[in-house]
Amino acid sequence: MNLTLYVWRQAGPKEKGRLVQYEARDISPDMSFLEMLDVVNEDLIRRGEEPIAFDSDCREGICGACGQAVNGTPHGPRKLTTTCQLHMRNYQDGDTIYIEPFRALAFPVVKDLVIDRGSLDRIIQSGGYISVHTGGVADGNAILIPKSDADTAMDAAECIGCGACVAACPNGSAMLFTAAKVTHLASLPQGKIEAGRRVCMMTEEMLRQGFGNCGNHYECESACPKGIRVRFIAKLNREFLKTRST
Amino acid sequence: MSLPASTVARKLLMAATGQLMIIFIILHVLGNSTIFYRTLNAYAAGLHALPLLLWIFRSVMLAAIMLHVFYGIQVTIENREAKPRTYAVQEYAASTFSSRNMIWTGTAIGSFLIYHLLHFTFQTIDPSTAAVTHPDAAGRPDVFAMVFAAFRRIGILLVYAAGLLAVWLHLSHGIQSSFQTWGLNGEKSFPYIKKGSRLAALILLLAYAAIPAAIVMGLLK
Amino acid sequence: MTLDPKIPSGPLQEKWDRRKQELKLVAPANKRKYRVIVVGTGLAGASAAATLGELGYTVDAFCFQDSPRRGHSIAAQGGINAAKNYPNDGDSIWRLFQDTIKGGDFRSREANVYRLAQVSANIIDQAVAQGVPFARDYAGYLDNRSFGGAQVSRTFYARGQTGQQLLLGAYGSLMRQVRLGSVLLHPRTEMLDLVVVDGHARGITVRDLVTGKVASFAGDAVCLATGGYTNVFYLSTNAIGSNVTAAFRAFKKGAFFANPCFTQIHPTCIPVTGDHQSKLTLMSESLRNDGRVWVPKDRDDKREPGSIPESDRDYYLERKYPAYGNLAPRDIASRAAKEVCDEGRGVGPGRRGVYLDFRNAIERLGESTIRERYGNLFEMYERITDENAYRRPMRIYPAPHYSMGGLWVDYNLMSTVPGLFALGEANFSDHGANRLGASALMQGLADGYFIIPYTLADYLARVAPGAVRADHQEFRQSREAAAAYTEKLLQVKGKRTASDFHRELGRLMWENVGMARSKESLTSALKRIPELRAEFWENVKVPGTGEQLNQQLEKAGRVADFLEFSELMTRDALLREESCGGHFRIEHQTPDHEAKRDDANFAHIAAWEYQGEGKEPALHKEPLTFENVELAVRNYK
Repeated sequence: MNLTLYVWRQAGPKEKGRLVQYEARDISPDMSFLEMLDVVNEDLIRRGEEPIAFDSDCREGICGACGQAVNGTPHGPRKLTTTCQLHMRNYQDGDTIYIEPFRALAFPVVKDLVIDRGSLDRIIQSGGYISVHTGGVADGNAILIPKSDADTAMDAAECIGCGACVAACPNGSAMLFTAAKVTHLASLPQGKIEAGRRVCMMTEEMLRQGFGNCGNHYECESACPKGIRVRFIAKLNREFLKTRST
Repeated sequence: MSLPASTVARKLLMAATGQLMIIFIILHVLGNSTIFYRTLNAYAAGLHALPLLLWIFRSVMLAAIMLHVFYGIQVTIENREAKPRTYAVQEYAASTFSSRNMIWTGTAIGSFLIYHLLHFTFQTIDPSTAAVTHPDAAGRPDVFAMVFAAFRRIGILLVYAAGLLAVWLHLSHGIQSSFQTWGLNGEKSFPYIKKGSRLAALILLLAYAAIPAAIVMGLLK
Repeated sequence: MTLDPKIPSGPLQEKWDRRKQELKLVAPANKRKYRVIVVGTGLAGASAAATLGELGYTVDAFCFQDSPRRGHSIAAQGGINAAKNYPNDGDSIWRLFQDTIKGGDFRSREANVYRLAQVSANIIDQAVAQGVPFARDYAGYLDNRSFGGAQVSRTFYARGQTGQQLLLGAYGSLMRQVRLGSVLLHPRTEMLDLVVVDGHARGITVRDLVTGKVASFAGDAVCLATGGYTNVFYLSTNAIGSNVTAAFRAFKKGAFFANPCFTQIHPTCIPVTGDHQSKLTLMSESLRNDGRVWVPKDRDDKREPGSIPESDRDYYLERKYPAYGNLAPRDIASRAAKEVCDEGRGVGPGRRGVYLDFRNAIERLGESTIRERYGNLFEMYERITDENAYRRPMRIYPAPHYSMGGLWVDYNLMSTVPGLFALGEANFSDHGANRLGASALMQGLADGYFIIPYTLADYLARVAPGAVRADHQEFRQSREAAAAYTEKLLQVKGKRTASDFHRELGRLMWENVGMARSKESLTSALKRIPELRAEFWENVKVPGTGEQLNQQLEKAGRVADFLEFSELMTRDALLREESCGGHFRIEHQTPDHEAKRDDANFAHIAAWEYQGEGKEPALHKEPLTFENVELAVRNYK
């Protein structure tokens, strides 16, 4: 199939960017979206043009490196699917596709579709962990954890840190990302001890990093390739209330 | 006491003050419904007979409104800054017109509230029908006559229609949003809370609209 | 030079304890004066950097990804082994040790493997304390499963994302140290050179991938945790960015490279669909617990799989290996798939695939049970192939997955360059010629959490902190060389893209140095690789400049190293005139086509020393002695 692409090109963080039109020819429906971009890039290189820069690494939907908004939707139209696992059979010959970087103040564009998501790392740095030292810990079965709690923790821990939630949020908020980590850790006895402090530190850091406030739009949940639920944000709010009431 | 800067604390305050106003809106429509029993004037006079309660209530409401407005504006400014650019093709999957326009429906409600206060509380919009200067047969301010006269004027009707529309839009996002903010939802209850909230907003809209509608349609005389 | 593995004396069970007693310590007040460079932030790198930071050292952590959370450990699905014996099914440290040695086809060191089994239990405790949400049973206890044909249930898992969860645990600890200031993070930074001053590793030269700036970082020790090299095959289950560059450049600076020919091919991956393919996706091996592998008996059978009757199907694994059947070890299952496809009986486009059929399992257990067990894998399969595996058998084919070979390290994980350590998949140490399922995560974390903190201290205690700074002339030369190399790549200005070369190299390696190797295929690869490399340096086209984010330049640099490394790997495969584990030489097989080891001549580690450009590397042999297990022939029949 043949497609018309409008791809965001931006030479550097301080340069002005614009959408540039490209034709993607002879695209196989078995290609992933990023393989389609690979083909376009190979063609650009042969023609002496600069290829489109975009992040990707594992290409199996788990590393969270890929992040493009496809027709205004982070990771494209397919639910629970990262761009690297989105296949071209979801498109038809003659389709027009707009490809842009994830948009948010906290995700400055580095080049073309490549963005800087260091702000998410800094949210984690502010408290997204259990403060345990290596060694000297109890046996793994010393503290029993109800299966339902372990399952909730795992549901929340599936976040891959891609930033689609931020990209989809009309407010550029990282609340779903933050809430996923808060819920993961607060659901486990090991993580409960620091839960209150963690909520405060992480949400404060979130604003400091230039993310917006949660407006309960729920766009994040819809865009999340891992099915992280907004009920975790409710859980974050409850954890916050607990700290304030004690 | 300093104002909280935490995003969660501010969100909780927005939710709390919003919920307070929802309670007021419910009480207000219940009070207004006395018009259908021809007891509006008595109800109004009754309220004014308890000035202390009335003013405590008004002060609390004023504080709630101010906080709600202050944080609403502050948060909106921050959010706009956090999202300096949208997509060339912008698609929304879960958010609604009402969720994305809270600041505008809020502004509309604020403007309407001022008009409404000038109209029925301070009664300066149309002094010729002001209840304070036009007592009814029992010597009470004739609120009924004032309301009745107002809703026969198309301009005023349009203002109220716009105001109610704004309230409806604001609440159809606001009610369920406040539940989420307080964490009063679970995986199973959440879809029902969302639907229930929209239904509640619609019921409130209809309840408020019933008064001018009844007057226009000649059901209230 | 003789290779001294520095294995502690005494009985196997006491070796690690003895070593820990012998090792020197660094005084608490002095620790921060030592600067440790850790390259790579996967399981081994993140756990090492976090633990060293926590101990008080000053750590610089580097990764080429945009965030340290994205190391390819994150993609490990199945689980992590540990000799906890929670299920009371007869597991023990000894049994895990024995299984690992045997699984590695007796090409690893007893002492290393025993230590790995010893610390395995601590890893689980550590991960639980970090909040890793391992699967639990209804009573709240940790759940275990049997994995990769093991006869005990010793595998801990977190749904199908064990690697992700363990990595996020280590990443969390790392982020905590970043916050506390003990670790300085350098994301989007690629190591281009190891700097050796007076025979000691003293730092690295890197390229900032955003600005293109080449810079040096000095330290008192360097830890490479840079993963494996299976992307030498172009198509593998590794991440697009996984590369051999850091390890290979260390090799060029004097670190020996051990057993480069030992690569693992994973039997259950989704087959290739066309030339555009950029990577292969692994389907968890657990699928083989319920799926049955088959191909049509007749190569000309063009029927839909569902309409091929039982009598016309060849369940070749069950036929050849009745005891293990579909659960035969990875290398055996992979090779068997290649054999049937070579016979022309492969299925699907390109006929490079075999069926993995769940029909019987669905009949026996019901679709809902299968959905419960493998639902997410079936979904993933459908997302990629657009086929419903509940109705139609999956198509699978082997794909390069893991490299057992790596930088040679002694028992202390130190390479032949003093001060240079290698951790995780980047070293060669524990898996011999074949790695058992769920053991990669175990090894990465064992190295990072529980071994390097002890052994590194011993080295540091013997050197003065901050002896060399980045303005030393060796650093200057290193930077100049790295910048010149980059410029050289840009100046070729040829016609073919780096990916194009990589694809060709990959095909060459897969055909000749892949699952089955022969003297003929290896010799022809050894002839072809230098030609391809020469063509690369004459005809590669790298657009853009070096002073910007230039992904093609990064790619070209990595491909250039693969073009050299592949030769080393092929040479190693050629010299190892035996079959063992993942290394299968068709000349060396039993009459029924099984790998035939030659313990008399090849019970050694082949460690290669770089001799300079254009010169053949020198081979050093570290003999392997087995005092505690009996050298046996693997038999899965």
